[in-house]
Amino acid sequence: MLYFIARRLLAAVPTLIAVLTLVFVIVRIVPGDPALVILGDQATPAAIAALRTRLGLDQSLWAQYVAFIAAALQGDFGVSMVTGRSIMAEVGAVLPHTIDLTLAAMLFGVGVGVPVGIWAALHRNGVVDVAARLLSLIGLSFPVFVSGIFLLLAFALHWRIFPVIGSANLEDYGDRLHKLILPAITLGLVMAAYITRVTRSAMLQSLGEDYIRTARAKGVPWNRVVWVHGLRNASIPIVTVVGLYVGILLGNSVLTEIVFNRPGLGKIIVGALNQRDYTMLQGLMVIYCFLIVVVNLVTDLLYGVLDPRVKAA
Amino acid sequence: MSAAQEIAAPPATPGWKRALGKARSNPTTLAGLLICLVIIVSAVFAPWLAPFDPTEQNIMDRLQPPGGDYLLGTDQFGRDILSRLMWGGRISLTVSLGAIGVAIVIGGTIGMVSGYIGGRFDLFVMQVMDVLLSFPSLILGLIVVALLGPELVNLVVAIALTAIAPFARVARAPTLALKERAFVEAGRALGFSHLRILFRHILPNILSEVMVMGTLWLATAVRVEASLSFIGLGVKPPTPTWGGMTRDGFENILDAPWLAICPGVAILLLVLGLNMVGDGLRDATDPKLRNE
Repeated sequence: MLYFIARRLLAAVPTLIAVLTLVFVIVRIVPGDPALVILGDQATPAAIAALRTRLGLDQSLWAQYVAFIAAALQGDFGVSMVTGRSIMAEVGAVLPHTIDLTLAAMLFGVGVGVPVGIWAALHRNGVVDVAARLLSLIGLSFPVFVSGIFLLLAFALHWRIFPVIGSANLEDYGDRLHKLILPAITLGLVMAAYITRVTRSAMLQSLGEDYIRTARAKGVPWNRVVWVHGLRNASIPIVTVVGLYVGILLGNSVLTEIVFNRPGLGKIIVGALNQRDYTMLQGLMVIYCFLIVVVNLVTDLLYGVLDPRVKAA
Repeated sequence: MSAAQEIAAPPATPGWKRALGKARSNPTTLAGLLICLVIIVSAVFAPWLAPFDPTEQNIMDRLQPPGGDYLLGTDQFGRDILSRLMWGGRISLTVSLGAIGVAIVIGGTIGMVSGYIGGRFDLFVMQVMDVLLSFPSLILGLIVVALLGPELVNLVVAIALTAIAPFARVARAPTLALKERAFVEAGRALGFSHLRILFRHILPNILSEVMVMGTLWLATAVRVEASLSFIGLGVKPPTPTWGGMTRDGFENILDAPWLAICPGVAILLLVLGLNMVGDGLRDATDPKLRNE
């Protein structure tokens, strides 16, 4: 197992460098001189030259690239052009809110999607199955900000069960949870819909296999057949989708944070967009990529746990 | 299978026809098709169908609730919501069709050529595509639009960029299998150029798979465009966009909830309609499901 983990960790490094390269290219592809874009047309040549030096733009592209990769791999994502504070510090201050939200949404997605998907698979073409398929198609079609607004209108403004404003006190766990529920459902809805579909089709496939028939024939209780034999073998596609969806969740958390006015990475991104804080945007892109690479790594490791054949390969 | 059948290219058209016929008999697909048609017609013919000018401000009639003279009410400037929705649909459809069109052409070509050439080149290209895939698409779109500026063309570029890698993958997989087939070998023996083999013989055989995915990705593109507009990175006002209308409505949510609800429902319906059609087409073309 240790060998497997070490190999996966090593394999993640080239991916990380490739992703960082792409970030570098995207930021450099922008037409025009960033210093000119930042300072505007009215800036004096001296001011532009000074900013170019500060941003390292006066060096060769290659030197900029090496410096960027080296810094990023050491966990140094640069300094915000607007506030002058380190990007890591700005992000670190709000990251718990975004992680809370993403994890809660994931729990909701898996907690609803897996049981409903199994239920639908067990009653193929029955009422439950048809309803689950239709509802998951609708859930899948909700843009996050639309479902967020609808839930807000219903549960915060009409019935007043949940608060409208989502900025919670991190120390107070009850408050934190109470303000998390509505945003987490909003963010997790699409995932729940997708997991339902994937679980349903994976379970249908796995329940049709010979080992299921064997298990039933030797008298294993039906519940155990479904939850242990069936689900274990259906778990690989489900884990794949969960891993893929974390990226989508991170993207959609931006919209959720806007609708519920929650602090988090999304708020920082929108702030950086409005203030044209390019170094911040670049840093945020790098941080998102780190998160995604870590998630992919965890997904890979989970494959190894769930399916011993993966480890040997 | 006889030698002649082995060499003959698999017929591309009957597969399509069968798929369409099967999709037509599915009520969900039909409902989706109907939703899409209504939205497309009202967007395309908005200049003639819309009851009011979408940008004309009428302060006397501001924040009118739905019903009455204005079927879906008016916004804070007294503009007719229904007319704005019809015009906004043009932006959603133009951007998503443009983006997916670009992604299909670029991504499809990359995948097809990469799979056809194979070897190390193929491995390298697919690695690059995997890297592109590892970005959350909304974040990538958001940053590209932010860097290039919120123009219609840039929205198309940004959304296309997020969709190229998936299309490269979906075009590559069948190409890998097809290039080993006898009809491709026969083409080469006859001295056909690689370009001719790729575009005349392989392309028709992967087209249906790519198009089915295109329909499903159209739904995603509509959602991403609306999300970017909601964040404020869409086509600039006063041009109405569904995402932008939702954002404006959200600011007045206490006084006039219909301002956010109407465009929100419009986005939901278009995405749902496209998903229904895409699902139906996929089920109809999926070889695993075909014999059920």
